[in-house]
Amino acid sequence: MRRSVAAVLVAFLAVTGLFAGSGPARAEIEVDVNKGDIRPLPLSIPAFGGDRGGDIAGVIAENLGRSGLFAPIDPGGRTAEVSTEPDFAVWKALGAQALVNGQVNLVDGRLQVDFRLWDTFAGQQLLGLQFTSTPENWRRVAHKISDAVYERLTGEKGYFDTRVVFVSETGGRLNRTLRLAVMDQDGANPSYLTDGTEIVLSPRFSASSQEITYMALRPDGSAVYLLNLETGRRESLGQFQGMVFAPRFSPDGTQVAFAVERNGNSDIWVMNLLNRQSRRLTSDPAIDTSPAFSPDGTRIVFNSDRGGSAQLYVMDASGSGARRISFAEGRYTSPVWSPNGDFIAFTRQSGGQFHIGVMRPDGSDERTLTSSYMDEGPTWAPNGRVLLFSRQEPGGEPRLWTVDVTGRILKPAPYSGGASDPAWSPLIN
Amino acid sequence: MTRTSALRWLPLLSAAAILGACQSTPKPTTETPKAPEVSAPSQTGAGGGAVQPVRRPAPVAGAPLPGTVQDFVINASDRVFFDVDQYEVREDAAVILERQAAWLKRYPAIQVRIEGNADERGTREYNIALGSRRASAVRDYLVGLGVSPSRIATVSFGKERPIDPGADDEAFRRNRNARTAIVSGAR
Repeated sequence: MRRSVAAVLVAFLAVTGLFAGSGPARAEIEVDVNKGDIRPLPLSIPAFGGDRGGDIAGVIAENLGRSGLFAPIDPGGRTAEVSTEPDFAVWKALGAQALVNGQVNLVDGRLQVDFRLWDTFAGQQLLGLQFTSTPENWRRVAHKISDAVYERLTGEKGYFDTRVVFVSETGGRLNRTLRLAVMDQDGANPSYLTDGTEIVLSPRFSASSQEITYMALRPDGSAVYLLNLETGRRESLGQFQGMVFAPRFSPDGTQVAFAVERNGNSDIWVMNLLNRQSRRLTSDPAIDTSPAFSPDGTRIVFNSDRGGSAQLYVMDASGSGARRISFAEGRYTSPVWSPNGDFIAFTRQSGGQFHIGVMRPDGSDERTLTSSYMDEGPTWAPNGRVLLFSRQEPGGEPRLWTVDVTGRILKPAPYSGGASDPAWSPLIN
Repeated sequence: MTRTSALRWLPLLSAAAILGACQSTPKPTTETPKAPEVSAPSQTGAGGGAVQPVRRPAPVAGAPLPGTVQDFVINASDRVFFDVDQYEVREDAAVILERQAAWLKRYPAIQVRIEGNADERGTREYNIALGSRRASAVRDYLVGLGVSPSRIATVSFGKERPIDPGADDEAFRRNRNARTAIVSGAR
């Protein structure tokens, strides 16, 4: 009856129907497609030994719990020495099917964290790793451990050692201040990148996760910038005749696609960052905007109202062969290609509501994940399992929310201030 | 403003009419009728003497100086409105744009910027594009009425600069607009 910890989670992923065939082959797994509700895997993460041991265990538990795939069980003050095999009976009695224990040491001023992951029912160690870093970097170490545990138990890459860039929104509706801000994916270490004197929108990370591109909007026009997060150096992509907006990096970081408006008409352009040459990719009299590259860089999805209302189109990165992929009722905007290439997420407006949804790049398998007065602007976690987006209640300020790609796990993001236009970084190396 | 001033005068004019009706030989008068003298009720308590009636202050009419930003906003009107997800200039907007064009031709040194705006029932980047279309439609209309295109810049604020904070149809209606802002040359 009892299946191993890893088996349960791989079964979860398979039941969603989204990852069957894309994950690692595990011949021993029996997929129960009739299983109606999927319960998160109970596991326990007692305080690690040593300085910061409780804090590190807490961050790991919060990360895994927030994913919705795990249900951290309060260890109730129990601890588990990392140097000896745990007393599995104790953890099984608590209901924990997995156990993460660890020890923090300071070695020559460096933080050294040993941890192990156990299957309590099988009585087996699934993982044993050591991370070292500077002591003030303890949260990143906790994120790295979270990623290792997540990957071992789900077969999917984690997404916890990542950051999010977004637009912080403060003040009333009529005098709102917008600032670019960056934070860890769990809401820790938020900091502002701009001072709020200009409207800033649509930040996006480069694949290196050290550079962002965004749009600034002033009364005399708009500009697209590249901003290096490490050096603080900012440069403009240059002067354009009309509005320039909606910038995104190509996956290899050598190009930026964006929209340029001329005489009221918006089209998709791309700039080669090496020689600064710009090229126009679309020339339709309709609104073409919000381009997003496929992860292999060969295609671009964008929205256009050339068919009468805003819909999604996919074209070659050269600008040829544009083909409509959205056909259901409503207006489709702000598409984003998943990092795995298997899905495109978007905002859909229909029936007076806004929805976050996903579909295959050919338009098939469309599913609606959320509904509210205003849901907008999805961005993918680097493993393609979770989306972050902004949600606004009538008359309120926007907040960040997350939803998993099945639509089952919908939660407010850990950052609680006014925020919109989130963009998730790749995994930090 | 004109309407407000007229309404303010109405009670006074009726009072004059009534006074006139009471006289055996009515004659037109331009005098402002006096406020009726009413004895104030005596007050009890400290200093409870008679209170002197105070005359209502005479109204002061105001009007913007010609060629100023105020003149443009009040007498031409600086904003036109659009239908949902549309950028065509409506008939009511055309009337305003004709006034704007006539005014701008009277003051040829003035430079303007058309700011396109959208309501919050659309996503951010689409609304930037939609606001651009609205600004451009207004510029084209003004140019068609003889205003030099070199005097008109355009920008879109998308849904980022609403004038009504509400979340109902009336607020959305007001926030779907293009504003003609005077950037230089006003008196």
